[in-house]
Amino acid sequence: MRYFFILLRQELRTLLFSPATYTVAVLFLGLMGWIYWRILLQLSLEPQRDLPSRVFFEFFWLPVFFVVPLLTMKSVAEERRLGTLETLKTTPVTALQIVLSKFSAAYLLYNLLWLLTLAYPILVASALGSTLTKNQLLEPGVLIGGYLFIASSGLLFIAVGILCSSLTRSQFVAGMLSFCTLFVIIIGFRELQQEAENWLPAISQTLNYFQPFRHLENFSGGVLDSRPLIFYLSNTFLVLGLSVLVVDAKSL
Amino acid sequence: MSGSCLNIEAGKLTKQYGKVAAIRDVSFTVSSGEIVGFLGPNGSGKSTTLRILCGLIPASSGVAKICGIPVASHPEEIKSRIGYMTENNPLPADMRVIEYLDFRSRLKGIRGKDRKRKIEEVMALCELNRTHRRQIIGTLSKGYRQRVGIADAILGEPEVIIMDEPTIGLDPHQVLAIRELIDTLRGNMSVVISSHILAEVELSCDRIIIINKGRIVADGNADQLRNEFANSAKYILSVTGDLTGLLASIKELDSCFHDFIQKEIRKDGSREVVFESSSMEDLSGRMMRIISRHPEARVRSLVRSESSLEDIFLAATKRSWDETL
Repeated sequence: MRYFFILLRQELRTLLFSPATYTVAVLFLGLMGWIYWRILLQLSLEPQRDLPSRVFFEFFWLPVFFVVPLLTMKSVAEERRLGTLETLKTTPVTALQIVLSKFSAAYLLYNLLWLLTLAYPILVASALGSTLTKNQLLEPGVLIGGYLFIASSGLLFIAVGILCSSLTRSQFVAGMLSFCTLFVIIIGFRELQQEAENWLPAISQTLNYFQPFRHLENFSGGVLDSRPLIFYLSNTFLVLGLSVLVVDAKSL
Repeated sequence: MSGSCLNIEAGKLTKQYGKVAAIRDVSFTVSSGEIVGFLGPNGSGKSTTLRILCGLIPASSGVAKICGIPVASHPEEIKSRIGYMTENNPLPADMRVIEYLDFRSRLKGIRGKDRKRKIEEVMALCELNRTHRRQIIGTLSKGYRQRVGIADAILGEPEVIIMDEPTIGLDPHQVLAIRELIDTLRGNMSVVISSHILAEVELSCDRIIIINKGRIVADGNADQLRNEFANSAKYILSVTGDLTGLLASIKELDSCFHDFIQKEIRKDGSREVVFESSSMEDLSGRMMRIISRHPEARVRSLVRSESSLEDIFLAATKRSWDETL
């Protein structure tokens, strides 16, 4: 465990000192801020069925497509390209510790970025006088459920990014591979499930369990179902396990 | 050698990549305190052997031991006993020298007050403790980057230090500095240096191992290898005047003189004649007596030159090449 924390500290340092991290943060907060503003604008024009925070979390996929590849594509691929991964492997650290530290650092940063979006409803609520609107904006059930979904789905998304980065020594290829895999997980399963509805209803039902949009619905509706949690956790273990095998087996 | 403890033991190491064997039945030992040069042409299997010894890649068969501990079954344990400087010495460009060494010392399990002291020690040894201590690694010159790599390898005083091409790409001043640095390690640790620079290895190392086509083709100190592979000596004669009689007399001196080459006439009018003898006996005295009997040839110098490591290397690798044909 000691080596894990030494590596994690180093990874966090690398991420926090990298200009790319701040570029990602600005892009992410700018985009999400604009989305939140558009949601509030719609709300001011006509009454909406859903609370603004719930609608806000439905756009989770948009930043995932660029934030996750940008945060993870460098992690293993760049180290392999530079040869520093081999230098790291000359010390008593294991491939598991290397992968876990890179995963944890990217995951912490991913969650930190999302947590910063909590500032939007807080800022808007503090500027508004109406208690009813304040309660709607800061509805704890929706916010806790939404952020829990972000935290649990983020496990798998970041793990996928790390696996893609461990497969190649090119950051660009890692980023593209990560983007495509996330696209299949988030959009692909939904499309497949909708297609299968007419032809193979049994498969459609199974695919329904894999859908992040369906998981979000439950979470932001205040339903804490253990099935999505197990789905994300088990797949995260599987993907990270594969990453460890790749880092261990690929000598260069 | 038999009395000292063996820090590195390689027994019949073989590494297969598909049908191709990168190394085959590589066996050697390195005792405590020995500095060994590991030579070989490109693609001969040097780096593969060193990587197996460091536990970076597994051998297909054979046994590698570091300080008596098998590498295959205890990779983490042996890594704490090895300081390995990899080929091309990759370093993180965005870290400061002292930050990098601090990070590496933590990974090597050096704790508390000891860590600070040991970092200062290696920085002083590698002359990184003055202006370069807080410099960003990416802005260091090649020579100082090599020093950072060596400082990392010797950090924590490991029993075994393995350096893959430590002097590659350095200017003569830097090579000299690195050689002096390696000299300071003599007797304290077992050091294996892989290099292409043969003169460098001859000057720094107690013993030389030559690998070619994945097999060990020579193992011994420079004199032993000279006796085994290069049983000839050269005599370089610089002379003016009429040489006909002198050259004939020298050729008659010993049947060992199997050849001589007359080189171009120099600016001062002297010629350089190189005799090659298959005898290791020093024939200079006898040659001087013959020269004194030929006053028509005025000798400026006579130099006896033994085979260089380059000759040994070429002879050893050529022999192994011939054997495979």
